[in-house]
This record gives sequence, structure tokens and C-alpha cells, in this order.
Amino acid sequence: MSWKKDKVRKPAKPNEALTRRDFLQGAGVAVSGGLLVGREPAIAASPDEKAKVLGPEAVPITLRINGKAQKLTLEPRVTLLDALRNHLDMTGAKKMCDRGTCGACTVILDGKAVYACSVLAIAAQGKEILTIEGLAAGGKLHPVMTAFVEHDAHQCGFCTPGFVMASKAFLDKNPNPLQQDVEEGLGGNLCRCGVYVGVRQAALDAAKARLGEKGGKAHGKV
Amino acid sequence: MAKCKYDWPEAGQRKLIGKRISRVTGPAMASGQAKYSYDINRPGMLYARLLACPYAHAKIKSIDTSEAEKLPGVKTVRIIQRVGTEIQWAGDEIVAVVAEREEIAEDALRRIKVEYEKLPHIVHEEDLSQVGDRAKPAAEQRTGDPDAAFKDPDAVISEGYYGLPVIIHCTPETHGGVAEWVDAENLRVWISTQNVSGLPPQIAETLGTPVTNIQALCEYMGGGFGSKFSPDRWGIEMARLAKDVGKPVKLMLQREHDSMVAGARPSYFAKIRVAAKKDGTLTGWESDTWGTGGPGGATLPPIPYVLNVPNQIKRHTSVATNVGPARAWRAPGHPQACYLTMTALDDLAAKLNMDPIEFLMKNLALAKPREQIYRQELQKAAELAEWTKNWHPRGDKSPGPIKRGLGVSIHTWGGGGHNSLCNVAIHPDGSVEITLGSQDLGTGTRTVIAITAAETFGLPVEAVTVNIGDSKYPPSGGSGGSTTVGGVSGSTRRGCVDALEQLFAAVAPGLGVPAEQLEAADGRIQVKGDAAKSLTWKQACAKLGVKSVQVQGKNPGPCQLGSSGVGGVQIADVSVDTETGIVKINKMVAVQDCGLIIDLKTAENQCYGAITMGIGYSLFEEKIMDQVTGRMLNPNLDSYKLAGIGDIGEIVVHMMTGPGYDDRGVIGLGEPPVIAPGAAISNAVANAIGVRVPTLPLTPAKVLAALAKGGIA
Repeated sequence: MSWKKDKVRKPAKPNEALTRRDFLQGAGVAVSGGLLVGREPAIAASPDEKAKVLGPEAVPITLRINGKAQKLTLEPRVTLLDALRNHLDMTGAKKMCDRGTCGACTVILDGKAVYACSVLAIAAQGKEILTIEGLAAGGKLHPVMTAFVEHDAHQCGFCTPGFVMASKAFLDKNPNPLQQDVEEGLGGNLCRCGVYVGVRQAALDAAKARLGEKGGKAHGKV
Repeated sequence: MAKCKYDWPEAGQRKLIGKRISRVTGPAMASGQAKYSYDINRPGMLYARLLACPYAHAKIKSIDTSEAEKLPGVKTVRIIQRVGTEIQWAGDEIVAVVAEREEIAEDALRRIKVEYEKLPHIVHEEDLSQVGDRAKPAAEQRTGDPDAAFKDPDAVISEGYYGLPVIIHCTPETHGGVAEWVDAENLRVWISTQNVSGLPPQIAETLGTPVTNIQALCEYMGGGFGSKFSPDRWGIEMARLAKDVGKPVKLMLQREHDSMVAGARPSYFAKIRVAAKKDGTLTGWESDTWGTGGPGGATLPPIPYVLNVPNQIKRHTSVATNVGPARAWRAPGHPQACYLTMTALDDLAAKLNMDPIEFLMKNLALAKPREQIYRQELQKAAELAEWTKNWHPRGDKSPGPIKRGLGVSIHTWGGGGHNSLCNVAIHPDGSVEITLGSQDLGTGTRTVIAITAAETFGLPVEAVTVNIGDSKYPPSGGSGGSTTVGGVSGSTRRGCVDALEQLFAAVAPGLGVPAEQLEAADGRIQVKGDAAKSLTWKQACAKLGVKSVQVQGKNPGPCQLGSSGVGGVQIADVSVDTETGIVKINKMVAVQDCGLIIDLKTAENQCYGAITMGIGYSLFEEKIMDQVTGRMLNPNLDSYKLAGIGDIGEIVVHMMTGPGYDDRGVIGLGEPPVIAPGAAISNAVANAIGVRVPTLPLTPAKVLAALAKGGIA
């Protein structure tokens, strides 16, 4: 969760540099009481300026999902994955491991692939959240999806939305990958049916198709 | 042979069958639109969580749920197993909680107090001397004269120790579902299942509700691998809970719990002696095996596998443990039997200084009735793996720490076609529907049905609507043992042929020919040999007036559309780092027959997937149990290691087709390709490092331990 780290590193005012004691107090609050507002400093900055502590009861939050603002009332402990699945009926992101290992819940947060099970919904406020539903907006398949269909990069399909989102984010940053790059880039997603052969080909093929449109030349083996 | 009216079209006539066709569910899966049982959200739905027993063997002394009941948002707390019950494995369900939200249900579990009387448990079985009275030896089995075979002074005898631990199913979608009482009498459940048509009778029996009042639904399901045939305790409980609270209830197992209770593949360990003449002819087999599938133990696996070695003695001991109950795991018993047999035979071949492929070829008469199939498949696999160029006798003598090796294994499976009924409808507007109570586990059931119907009607695949995943549809068998494709393609083909006859009868008068002279091809109904006299499919269907053609198709039925029994050969090409012990897959070659292939693309994918899963259980997977606490140490995906995208190397699949294969009809493919990887990979590692790593998974520690005892040479 980068918001927390950034705020610790950069206190709002230079002369209010943190003491170890302040830091521990702040950390204690975060652990025992609940969580702090995403845009506020994550630590109690001074004795007379109490940190705004949220929860444990539900609080109003706003998430920007697929370009649309969604207002929810959630306990601060609710993950982005549960917010999507249980509160917004957006079930494309799947719950498979629920601990940041399998990637079945992958969504794109400000352009970066993240595990939605490992991000709290409140921490995703103010960010652009792209889900598989948004990637197939208007019922039109995204080119990565088309490549998955063509290469049969799925069997039961449960891990597929996560793989598609991870592939999309990966290809945005690596438009011309080698097979080895794909294996590293998609190494954070797991499949039990064993469709990696198809996923590998789909990712390379999607890159090739996009480069072709732009007049580039792919070097990845398909 | 006389043509039978339902027979599959001749090779030259097939427009779709046997081609590479993208699965019809692809767009729904890739776009996240496919709805799995886990994804079902019903109005007013509540969430259930289960409290599991933390001990492997214990008696429940008391249960206090009062604090949980007081928690705001908790709707009901239900005791599943009463005080006094003896629990046989950690993770067994004790209490269920229903709450408004998942998080509250989780909080409530922490407020439940259960006291247990701990009882002695056994969760390790590899060392038979430590299991006490949990060992149940079976009677010795003898065939021929094994004593003479092993005493023969000319016999070459190889002796070794081999084994594979318990692994889990680890289905991507955990077990569970949603239950909703439509009214006081009628129950609807969405369950992640391999057995849509078979669920209502099982639920009815336990709940005491008439079968007719129960509807089971499963449109998409996230993997079963043999672990999802029953409604299970959680399936029954969610129905009871939904009744108690008067609202729909979702009950999905959490990953950790699922790993502990919802499926395990039995372990097997073995001391094996095999004898052969100096020319490699097998003459004797002796094995002492043991293993566990949890409290039920484990029966003797089918060894010696594929090759029916003459003169056998087999002794087997079943060990009852507290590791959680076994379930059918893809090709039950076969991956284990294959591993034990093909590693022992590979060691014998090495002792004989024989090329293992030559050794297998020499003994193929013991693989009747598939001697010729194995011969062809071994040749093809050797060619694809460049065996002649890449294989060397045991121990890669090349310099440097990375050693390369090749290993081979063969396997078999039955398959066939289960019982299946389907309804085939041709509507006056030209639309076509095939409806049956089957399920698509990711094997491509819908696609196979659509292709079969489209081929029969001369239509594109997209023109066919396939309705499955509802127990109110005509019943079809559960998806197990590679029987679904054979079952649903048989019922669909017969139903479509009959439906087409009715359509022909309706359009024949208009075309001025008898119905028998009509055929369906390229989206038209036309006169055989005179394509000019034809109607488009749509025009033809319009002749039905206002009444759809509705026909029932059956499997089994007239004409031989399928059969049973396949072979299969796999070769592994690996590199082993002798400094770190890490095994890397360079290439896997699979040559597989499965009769007539309906969709080559999904068939090949079954093989890719099975081999990937095989790489997983060969290199990484084990249900690691802790004897002190009796618990599984790695019930989550960060510690239960599946193969990842970077672990699979190159996978080459060759499906055997054409004369001698296609004419066997449809057989099924889910199980066979997952059987051989363990032995093939272990044999490749032995070939690389010159010593056998006795048990799977081939972890770096085990590889280094084997190397410390010898190797390379």
C-alpha cells in the first residue's frame, strides 16, 4: 500500500519530523483500531492534532470504477475484491486464494496490475480502477480477450479474468515482449487446469497484433 | 461394415469434427461475464462461514455459541456436529454461522467456544513402523511362479523404493454454492459441481425433500478434477441454513479449509523388485505397497501398470490416517500406479543397460490389447523428443553442474460414454437448441455438443444454442472418468439425426423428392446430388409452421458412436542443477489417442493442461502434514505450490488420429494425459543425474539428498 509508505517518508511539514514514539503511536492505531483515511497522514502527527480514525463501523467511500464513481458504505476492513464482488455484483475478479498469491482477482489501479484481495477498498479511493467488466465495455472484446479465445487460453475459466487483466497491464508496459518476459510478467497468476501454453501464446499474439496495427515488428516467438 | 444411420460422418465429409475450433464459452470466460456458483448474488442473500475442528482426532466436549449469537448482524448459528462426536481430521465442520456480511460471519466464528478432548492421531504414513494399528494389511496376491522367476540365476533383478505423497485437488473455485428456497417447499441451489443431474437425488435423500422440489444449477464451474460429485456437508448445510433464515445463503469454503477437507489424492509408497531376462524380457514382479487416503486408507493401486508382468507377488497395506478424506483425483489410482511401475521398470532397464524405449518395445506383448497403439505412439514420441539424438545412458557425463536427461512413461485409461439424454429442438425460425443436464468443467462440454449438432445439421457452430447446467433438463451423467464427451456427443448425434429426419419430412413435398433423398450441408437442405434443388436452413425450418421439432437423443443407443480404452506415451526432457537441486522442464512430449476427436483445439488443450498439472505434482505438490499438531502446514496457495507459467518449458502434443483411431468412436480425454508425467519426469531426472530420486515431488532437497548418495557415475 504505497499511500502509507509515501506519507511516512514525506511528512506534511518539515519541522514536524517524526519521532520514533509518534511513529509507534500511529502504527498502533492502524493495527488495533482500524484504518486511516487514505488521503490523511497515516500517523498521528502531533498530540493536539488527532488522527482521523475510521471504523470499525461502515463509512461512506467513493470508488472510481471503469470511469464511473460508485458510492458505497463499507467497513474499512473490506477489501477491494469483496467490495466489487459482494457490494457491486462485479464478479469478474475472482476469489481464489484471498491472500495475494494467485492473481485471479487482478484489477488495474492507476495503470498498475494489483491483487484486489490485497488492497482495501478505502485505499483505492481517488484512483482509477479498471476491472475486467470495464475492459469489455459495450460487449466488445478487448484484443487481449480475443487472443485468449483464439489460443484457448482457458479451461474452467476461473483464473481467466485475472490473467486477462494481468496481460493487459503487462503489455501496456512491455509492448514487444519475448516469451521469457511473458513468463516473468505473468508469473503472479496461477492456473490449476494448466492453460499456460495458451496464455503465453495469447499474450505474445496480442502484442504482435497491436504492434502490427502500429506498423511495428514483434520479436516474440508465437 | 454396413452404415448405421447415426454413425459419425466419414473423414472426408466432416466439416467441423476433428478441426481446431475455439471453445464456445471463450468470449464469456475471457470477458469475465461467465457466472460461476461463487459469483451468484441473490437479492437479500446472506453469507455463511464454517467453524472447523483444529485437531486431527478429537471428541467434542462442549459447544458454546451464545457470544456469536449476540453479535449484531448474525442471523443464525447452527451446530453441525454435536457434543460427543469423534472428529477424524482437522478441518471437519463443527458449527455454521450465517450473517449479513462475510466479515461479520468471520467475527462470529471467533466467538464460538468449542472444547475438545484430544485423541491420538496419525498423519504420516511413509514410515510404516510408526503407524501402529492404523496399518491394515491385505491378503497377499500371487500369479504364476514368482519364486522361480526371482531365483532364476540368469535373471537380472532391480530393487527400489518409490513413492508419491498425498496431494490435493486445489480447484480454482472452492467448493460450495448458494441455496435459496423459492417457497416453503422448493429449493434451488447453485453448486460448483461435476454432477448437475446427480445432485437433487443426493440432496433429497439427506434433507427429506422430494427430488422434484430441488433444482441444481451450475452454469460455469471453476474446476473439479474429481472432487465435486456430491453436495457434501456444506451443500446440505447451506440448504438448511437458508431455510432457517428464510433468505438465500452463500456458503463457499475458504481456501485453507478447502485444502484441508475437500479432496486429497491417496499416497502410495512401495518397495518393488522386478526381474527380467538379460535380453530385457520381463519375468517377475514383487511389490510391497502402502498408502493412505485418510480415514478410509487406500486400496492396492493397479500395479504392475499397463505391462502385465508374468509371475507376480503383491502385498499391500492400507493405512488409515487423519489427513482428511480422499476423493477421486483425475484418473484415480493411475498416476500412482504409473509412477510406481514405470520408475521401477526404468531402473531395471538402466541395470540392463538398455534404452528404456527399446525395453518397453520389447515387452509390449504384455500391454495387450494396445500393443500396436503403444508401438506407434512410442515411435512418434521418440521422434518428437529427438530421443535418438538427446538420450544417453544414465548419468549425463557432460561437464558443468547442469545435467540433462530424458525419461519416458506409458499409460492407459478406460473412458467411454456415460448415460445421457438430451432434447434437440429445431424451431420454425431456424434456431437450434440442445438441452441436457450436463456440465462444463472446462473440458469443453458445451463446445463438443455444439460441434456435434452443427456438423449433423450442416450449420456453423454459432447457430447452435447449448443449454446445460440445470438439473431440470434431461439427465446426463456426472463428469468423471473421461466419460462426458462420449456421453453427450452420442446423445446429441442421435437426437440431431432424428430431428433432421423430421425436418426432411416437412420439406420433402415442397422439393418434390422423398425425404430420404435430402441432406443437410452448408446451411442448406438439399437434394443429394442436385444441390440446385435446395432451401436455406431458415426457409426449410419455416416449413415447420408453428411447431418446433422436439426430439430426445440418448446415449447409449443404436450404432457404435464411442468405445473405451486408450494408450498414451509421454517423454520428459529435463535439466537438473546438481548444485542447487533444481529440476527444470525443458520439454514435455505427449502422444495421445482418444478415438474420434470432436474438437482438436480443446483436446490438445486438455493435454497441455494435464501435463502442466503433472509437472506440478512431480516437482512441487504435497499435502504437508505436521505430526505434532495433526494439521496441514500448507493449506494456502502461497505454500501449496502449483506449477506457474515459467515452470512448464515447451509442451508438444500429438493426437493420434486417422484410420485405426477415428473408427473407435468418441472415447474421452480428461484423465489419460495426467497419468504419465510423474514417471516420465522422475525417469528423466534419474537419466540426468544417474541416481533415482525415490519420491515425488522432486524437490531440490530430495535431489541433493539423492546426489549425496551417489549419482552421475
